[in-house]
Amino acid sequence: MSERNEAVIDNKLVRQRASERYKEGFYTNIESITIPPGLDEDTIRLISAKKKEPEWLLEYRLNAFREWLKMPTPDWAKLNVPEIDFQAISYYSSPKTKAENAPKSLDEVDPKILETYEKLGVPLHERERLAGVAVDAVFDSVSVGTTFRKELAEAGVIFCSFSEAVQDHPELVREYLGTVVPPRDNYFAALNAAVFSDGSFVYIPKDTRCPMELSTYFRINANHTGQFERTLIIAEDNSYVSYLEGCTAPMRDENQLHAAVVELIAKDEANIKYSTVQNWYPGDEDGKGGIYNFVTKRGLCAGIKSKISWTQVETGSAITWKYPSCILRGDHSSGEFYSVALTNNYQQADTGTKMIHLGKNTKSTVISKGISVGKSQNSYRGLVRVAKRADYARNFTQCDSLLIGKECGAHTFPYTESGNMTAKLEHEATTSKISEDQLNYCLQRGIPEEEAISLIVDGFCKQVFKELPMEFAVEAKALLDVSLEGAIG
Amino acid sequence: MLEIKNIHAKAGDKNILKNLNLSVKPGEVHAIMGPNGSGKSTLGNLLAGMPHVEATEGSVHFKGKNLLELEPEERAGEGVFLAFQYPVEIPGVNNMYFLRTAYNAQRKYRGEEGIDSAGFLRMVKDKINKLHMKDDLLKRPVNVGFSGGEKKRNEVFQMAVLEPSLAILDETDSGLDIDALKIVADGVNQLRDSNRSFIIITHYQRLLDYIEPDYVHVLADGQIVKSGSKKLALELEEQGYGWLDA
Ligand SMILES: Nc1ncnc2c1ncn2[C@@H]1O[C@H](COP(=O)(O)OP(=O)(O)O)[C@@H](O)[C@H]1O
Ligand SMILES: [Mg+2]
Repeated sequence: MSERNEAVIDNKLVRQRASERYKEGFYTNIESITIPPGLDEDTIRLISAKKKEPEWLLEYRLNAFREWLKMPTPDWAKLNVPEIDFQAISYYSSPKTKAENAPKSLDEVDPKILETYEKLGVPLHERERLAGVAVDAVFDSVSVGTTFRKELAEAGVIFCSFSEAVQDHPELVREYLGTVVPPRDNYFAALNAAVFSDGSFVYIPKDTRCPMELSTYFRINANHTGQFERTLIIAEDNSYVSYLEGCTAPMRDENQLHAAVVELIAKDEANIKYSTVQNWYPGDEDGKGGIYNFVTKRGLCAGIKSKISWTQVETGSAITWKYPSCILRGDHSSGEFYSVALTNNYQQADTGTKMIHLGKNTKSTVISKGISVGKSQNSYRGLVRVAKRADYARNFTQCDSLLIGKECGAHTFPYTESGNMTAKLEHEATTSKISEDQLNYCLQRGIPEEEAISLIVDGFCKQVFKELPMEFAVEAKALLDVSLEGAIG
Repeated sequence: MLEIKNIHAKAGDKNILKNLNLSVKPGEVHAIMGPNGSGKSTLGNLLAGMPHVEATEGSVHFKGKNLLELEPEERAGEGVFLAFQYPVEIPGVNNMYFLRTAYNAQRKYRGEEGIDSAGFLRMVKDKINKLHMKDDLLKRPVNVGFSGGEKKRNEVFQMAVLEPSLAILDETDSGLDIDALKIVADGVNQLRDSNRSFIIITHYQRLLDYIEPDYVHVLADGQIVKSGSKKLALELEEQGYGWLDA
């Protein structure tokens, strides 16, 4: 069941489309090693060789590739996706300085790259690091550095790039890779399993509360490349981790593909909080350029009383196709999905979640806020499935849409499949409608239109923002304001 | 302060106000009464610049400025305040934050410095005490889950904070019990001074027992059909609006 609340703000000023200021849209001019465009088994062997991977991983990739070749492109989403020429994309690009030997310390990282992250507000250098937040910085296809490693290691936490994990902890990677999102899962997951380059790896040992926030900052820099990151987080019994990812890319007329896979595993009483602030280049106001963001994110609540919580703020990308999901296998486990998706101009988003209840007394919460501006299309797609043995499963879904202007669209596709009579799938009526009356009320109190819309939208998103770690909630609000810019003339 | 001359106005695409004239001087309190649908709210909305009301003829001057040329937020900055007949809910936005945003936006419009949150909190607490209202009003989202009476009191509270030079109260007394009515009236009376004017739209005479108007006007079918002193309100109470047609 789902509750939908839809409303329209439109008035004489809601005409002029956005000329968004995307301040992250710069390009860093550095020497990089980029393999030629094209995709076949040799490409995959080349990537695997560059990463000095063990044989089993190469086999894993090749099997995925062979599956991928057999799969049709998905067409069920409410998205208009131009055909992607997979042979025109380069599948590996790395800054030259990083290409051969991974720098052992951040001092060895190309200063231009450090400068890039600084400009993005994610300083990697010791002196300026974000207090209490460890960062893994992924630049095109490689991780260029991870901060606070020593401090984390002392707590027994492993936080490193995926490539390093393959070298240093192959047994863990082998045990868990593909167990939550198998290569055959879907078209883009299969592609990722074949060509993934880098991402983050997190391992939290038993009875450990990760002493700081972990985060990964993904940056696409090179052109004609795709980014295919892979992230794996394992939380052992009674552990806790809060992880945040952010991402940006230069402004370009071409569309670039980003196809990631994220797998989370929460054991008994483990708690994983995963937050995303997605700010890929959305394209210009005429819909030219922008990132295609096709992402598979899934968490397995493997243990009893485990908990996985997804929070996402999606403002970027030309096209977003993304359904962070939870498989609630452990009894008494719980899954949460909090989402704000804002689309402007010609952006398209089809996003939502799947909550798969397998264990008894499992519980899930879905709060989705879609904001459409300009000529954009914004869809929520959600599935709540209750298996036969999942006695007393409970779901609460709330789905609100806000339209700003008359040329955009909001759509809701909630699906439920319940195989158990004791399941309780409920909804609550949303308290209030967003409307022109609200805007007028603000104006009458002297609040100018742009500020009023920002205020109303911020209030609309409050339920989701309060789930974000403090410093990122501030960032998310600022990002929303920038994305709303030009929503009114 | 306010000069309304020969105003004709549409609400949506319906002609509502017809040749309406009204002059309000600083410090005056004018009550506007009249049957349902006579155009009382339309008049308030016209003055506040709400987009669905449009003047087709006539003029409105406020402190010498052509009010009809100003955007609604500019009118607010000039000191026009409308207590809405149906106050709007804004989920997720706390009342205090909302009010501070409004307060600072109006100051900015007038070229004055903004106030920080600590200073604002002190000022607002002081006002809320003087109005005998409860503090929790500040923390709750704007009008969300408020009872009808709470919404009306919140309008009066906002008025007290924003200190307008012209306050229009649109049926702020409707649906209130006698205690709430006194709080509302008290809020108005505290603000009354020689520079501030009020237009009090009401259906009932009883509010005027607590707020003494200088003038009472009867609005019927989009026109002021009768004006007088507060005695007029009493006559209306006794005889209803029917005798006006006779
Ligand atoms: N937005 C609108 N569009 C069309 N008609 C409207 C609109 N607002 C009000 N009206 C009409 O204008 C008339 C006067 O309404 P109103 O000013 O609210 O009266 P009052 O406040 O005196 O009860 C009513 O007939 C009402 O239906
Ligand atoms: Mg009315």
